[in-house]
Amino acid sequence: MVPSLSILDRKEKCTVSSPVFAPWDDPNEKPLIRFENVSKRFGSFIAIDDLTINIYAQEFFALLGPSGCGKTTMMRMLAGFESVTEGRILLSGKDIAAVPPNQRAVNMMFQSYALFPHLSIWDNIAFGLRRDKMPKDKIDARVAEMLKLTRLEEFARRKPHQISGGQRQRVALARSLAKAPKLLLLDEPLGALDKKLRQDTQFELMDIQESTGTTFVIVTHDQEEAMTVASRVAVMDEGRIIQVASPANIYETPNSVYVADFIGDVNIISGTAKPAGKDRYFVDWVPNQAPIVAVSETGFSDGQKCHLAIRPEKISITKDKPEDVENAVEGKVLDIAYLGNLSTYHVELPGGQIIKAQTANTRRISNRGITWEDPVWIRWNATAGVLLEQ
Amino acid sequence: MKRLSALNITALTLGFAFLYLPMVLLVIYSFNSSKLVTVWAGFSTQWYGSLLRDEAFLDAAWVTLQVAVISSTMATLLGTMAAYVLVNSGRFFGRTLFSGMIYAPLVMPEVITGLSLLLLFIGIGLDRGILTIVLAHTTFSMCYVSVVVSSRLVSFDRSLEEAALDLGCNRFDAFRLVTLPIIAPAVIAGWLLAFTLSLDDLVIASFVSGPSSTTLPIKIWSAVRLGVTPEINALSTLMIGIVTVGVITASIISKRSAIAAQRDAQTAERAE
Repeated sequence: MVPSLSILDRKEKCTVSSPVFAPWDDPNEKPLIRFENVSKRFGSFIAIDDLTINIYAQEFFALLGPSGCGKTTMMRMLAGFESVTEGRILLSGKDIAAVPPNQRAVNMMFQSYALFPHLSIWDNIAFGLRRDKMPKDKIDARVAEMLKLTRLEEFARRKPHQISGGQRQRVALARSLAKAPKLLLLDEPLGALDKKLRQDTQFELMDIQESTGTTFVIVTHDQEEAMTVASRVAVMDEGRIIQVASPANIYETPNSVYVADFIGDVNIISGTAKPAGKDRYFVDWVPNQAPIVAVSETGFSDGQKCHLAIRPEKISITKDKPEDVENAVEGKVLDIAYLGNLSTYHVELPGGQIIKAQTANTRRISNRGITWEDPVWIRWNATAGVLLEQ
Repeated sequence: MKRLSALNITALTLGFAFLYLPMVLLVIYSFNSSKLVTVWAGFSTQWYGSLLRDEAFLDAAWVTLQVAVISSTMATLLGTMAAYVLVNSGRFFGRTLFSGMIYAPLVMPEVITGLSLLLLFIGIGLDRGILTIVLAHTTFSMCYVSVVVSSRLVSFDRSLEEAALDLGCNRFDAFRLVTLPIIAPAVIAGWLLAFTLSLDDLVIASFVSGPSSTTLPIKIWSAVRLGVTPEINALSTLMIGIVTVGVITASIISKRSAIAAQRDAQTAERAE
């Protein structure tokens, strides 16, 4: 279960030879999948609401959102298990509404894996190939290739109940990849694995996606998983896509409080904006306190309501009053969460707001000097946070 | 093993005696060498021999076997189809009515089922014979099959079928290659149940059988009215044997599949 080194190789390759993989920025690139004003209603319940999105070939695209946000419905529409109420879904430019699931060049890896319990691992992987009436020697070769790819050679003759959960996950992956689909859908593929195994498997998935060149669309509610594996992440809520961007952009420049809050930990300070020079704003957040200075590319008018989103790791904490900083606020330590590699301090500010500040524990058992009830100063730069309208 | 108390042993003995004493007596007297049924005169298997030479009984046995095999097979087909639709199709117009009507024959008095079938067969001018018995037995045993099969289908993971569709099966292939092999134990158990039900049905068969198609239960019933003969005892013993084997096989099959399902669930849990 050791993630292979080729991940690192790939990163190197990317920086050395090929330009950054970003087909979504290229206006000439044709999307592999296009959702065009797609809506899906179950009775009066709106599962998908007028959704338009492009997914490009060889992408590892993550649909991320809480349960009931419509991400699984989107996937099932792609696989052909749900019809589209309004709009069109195009695969390589062709509307796939009329194509039944068994004729789509799309395969799916199910959340429960859905391995056939009465068939051996070998027969499970060969199942789709046999339906295609592939000659026997070709099936043998393809299954052997898939077993090798997922390191399952020694389990080929076993039944699904005779192998471990991690191995079953790999069988499900091998089976769905065997037919070399244009598009592979993964429905919470790692949900049933424990944390350690999940992290290893994430790298395996990325490896396999890279080596097969298949387009992957993954559905997950685990933001860490989405951030790790995906080239782009779509954050969904109530049948809409709130933001689509690369993991780094989703994290550093969320377009709304919802996205900022959904991905990782965040402090939200609400107030009113006052322009203070080019791209700079003062944010009045509580009476009788100096306004916060923030930089924002989106414009805000004088007196407009705004929310400043700052990640805890971008806020530093000291016992003494810092000099020459853009934002510094005094507060009191309410709680300390020690996570081993990090410590998170919960600091109560005047007005009662609690801000999380995070520091890396770079030294062992050092006396960190800050403890409960201590008066402390927290500070951050004007560029540390993102100013959001909603 | 827990030791049973005296009270438990007494209760158990009484209960089982009540259930099985008549049958045990019947089996014992089938090996009686005396022609008088109630007088024991030593061990003998002669009545089994004379039974095998009795053309009328053999004919009836043959009719019964044909009816049981054909009707249980048809009932299994129809019952499985009905169970599949009821469990899988979700809500459709008239579902509640349909599922209620499938199970109604379970509680319907047999006399009424028999009478209504008789009226139907007379109405459409179908001559009473093996065919009418087969149809009648199919009618009442398919609901038993459908109960057995649908209880298995309820716990069947639908994503297995979706996976089959996803991998290139049409609906029929998905059922044939994935669903059916997995629910096979329940289908076989349903078949055996239908088979034994058909084997020992007297009431419905007596309504819809014709002169040329007497089943064993009818034959026994009419023979007994003229007095119990040792041949009847021998025949009944054989029937008890067949039914017992059928019921035990069915329960072993369904128990095995339950164990397999449990094992699958446990390994799945361990994996998590």
